[in-house]
Amino acid sequence: MNNIWIITRKELRSYFTSPIAYVVITVYLVLVGFFFYSMIWWFNSQSLQMAQNQYYYQQLNINQMVFSPLFHNISIILLLMLPLVTMRLFSEEKKIGTEELLYTSPLSIHEIILGKFFASLLVLLTMLGLTAVLSVLTFVYGNPEVAPVLCGYLGLFLLGAAFIAIGIFFSSLTENQIVSAILTFGALLLFWIINWASYSAGGLWKDVLNYVSFLQHFDNMTQGILDTTDVVYYASFAFFGLFLTHSMIQSRRWR
Amino acid sequence: MIAVEHLTKKYGDLVAVRDLSFKVERGKIWGLLGPNAAGKTTTMRILTGFLPATDGRASIGNFDVFEQPNEAKKILGYLPEVLPLYPDMTVTEYLNFVAAIKKIPGAAKIDAVARAVKVAALEPVKGRLIRNISRGFKQRVGIAQALVHDPQVLILDEPTIGLDPAQIIEIRSLITSLKGERTIILSTHILAEVTQTCDGVVIINEGRLMASGSLEELTASFRKKDGVVVKVRKDAQVAADEIKNIGGVEKVDREDGDLKVEWRQGLDLRDDIARLIVEKQFGLLEMRPLAMNIEDLYLKIVSGGDAS
Repeated sequence: MNNIWIITRKELRSYFTSPIAYVVITVYLVLVGFFFYSMIWWFNSQSLQMAQNQYYYQQLNINQMVFSPLFHNISIILLLMLPLVTMRLFSEEKKIGTEELLYTSPLSIHEIILGKFFASLLVLLTMLGLTAVLSVLTFVYGNPEVAPVLCGYLGLFLLGAAFIAIGIFFSSLTENQIVSAILTFGALLLFWIINWASYSAGGLWKDVLNYVSFLQHFDNMTQGILDTTDVVYYASFAFFGLFLTHSMIQSRRWR
Repeated sequence: MIAVEHLTKKYGDLVAVRDLSFKVERGKIWGLLGPNAAGKTTTMRILTGFLPATDGRASIGNFDVFEQPNEAKKILGYLPEVLPLYPDMTVTEYLNFVAAIKKIPGAAKIDAVARAVKVAALEPVKGRLIRNISRGFKQRVGIAQALVHDPQVLILDEPTIGLDPAQIIEIRSLITSLKGERTIILSTHILAEVTQTCDGVVIINEGRLMASGSLEELTASFRKKDGVVVKVRKDAQVAADEIKNIGGVEKVDREDGDLKVEWRQGLDLRDDIARLIVEKQFGLLEMRPLAMNIEDLYLKIVSGGDAS
């Protein structure tokens, strides 16, 4: 555990001494802030219009009209941003030659991988944590339900963890950070929308494609539905990504 | 302390190291010598556990590097050819990180880093970012990194590459000063490095062991004929012809004033040659044994020719 923490600390240091973390977080916050503002503005105008009609006014739901779309937007921003967070993790070590130091030290490969994974998770948590301010504002000025909001954040966290694991895998493939980011982005986008193919597929394929799609599982969570299937899905996706990374690093050295 | 037995490493069809065996005793500095692409770096990477071997065994201390990699890695310091430095860290931060991953316990870490800084003479730059220090200091940080956990075995891949002559001398004396308790292997393609710092040498070419042993052993075993190099003041050609007539002399080569005289093995004709030169008044300036130096040895081995 101590070894993992040593690597995590080193990666965090590196994130926050280079501009990457600040740029990613700032751009993310600007975008999320903009989406939040638009959503709240729309919700307000809807509220004013519907205030005439008691029935419709009752139907207005800040969870569904602000939070659910906001979570969706954040997930898209994460899809764009997290490959930039993970791209350097292994690529850079390879490029500057520090992998020789890591692999000739008494550390196991899984400790190195987990250390890097946790560092990226902490960056993700920082990003999500900073946007929690916006949610708190809605609680001050409105009365949304707490559970669906927490569930949405949990969804974002799990989704982000899976993204990061995939990103780490692609980072272990190449010493070029740009290549690593592009491959990650491509793979994430493909898994995001892969259920589109299920419309034309039938039988078992339809179920499989629906199951592996990121989007399908995320929808539930933004609605406030916490299903263990979804949690297991993201956890296994993350595990699979890290497992592939481990195999890749091992096989590179055996070749 | 370091043992390599029948080591073979293949990259696909390319054989980088084939059937390499050698041993280095505790407290010695050995050079791994060979032209570029001879398999030096591959051999070192296998010894450090960075690469697995295709076949054969390697051990550091009592630990097999394949079976007990973590134990072997704990007593091993490694300076790779490409310095494994994080440019965004300061020298002290970097050494602290290395000390941590080498599993030095918390309390001993500060001392270990301070000692490495002192040995590698990094005091003036210890608070600076690695990206901003000079090449010579970076090399020193690389060596400090290999030393920080006080390893019994040091493996240094091309420790003086890319340095200016003054820095090369500094690094060499640093390496020599590390001798004693430690066993060191350094790789190089510079011959002078071996003669100046090493006790013994392993010469490899195209992944094959060409020769290994202490420097004296090697030069002795490659010298098949006895002889001297004589320098005379005048009439070198005449002197050469006269020396040729001495009984037992097999060959006299003239290079300007230098006469390379070789005689049948087992004889000692130094007195006869000296007497002749003095009597005929050619003017004896110099006479030295025709010893084969490491450079001849290396060129002979690498070119695959027989030593003659």
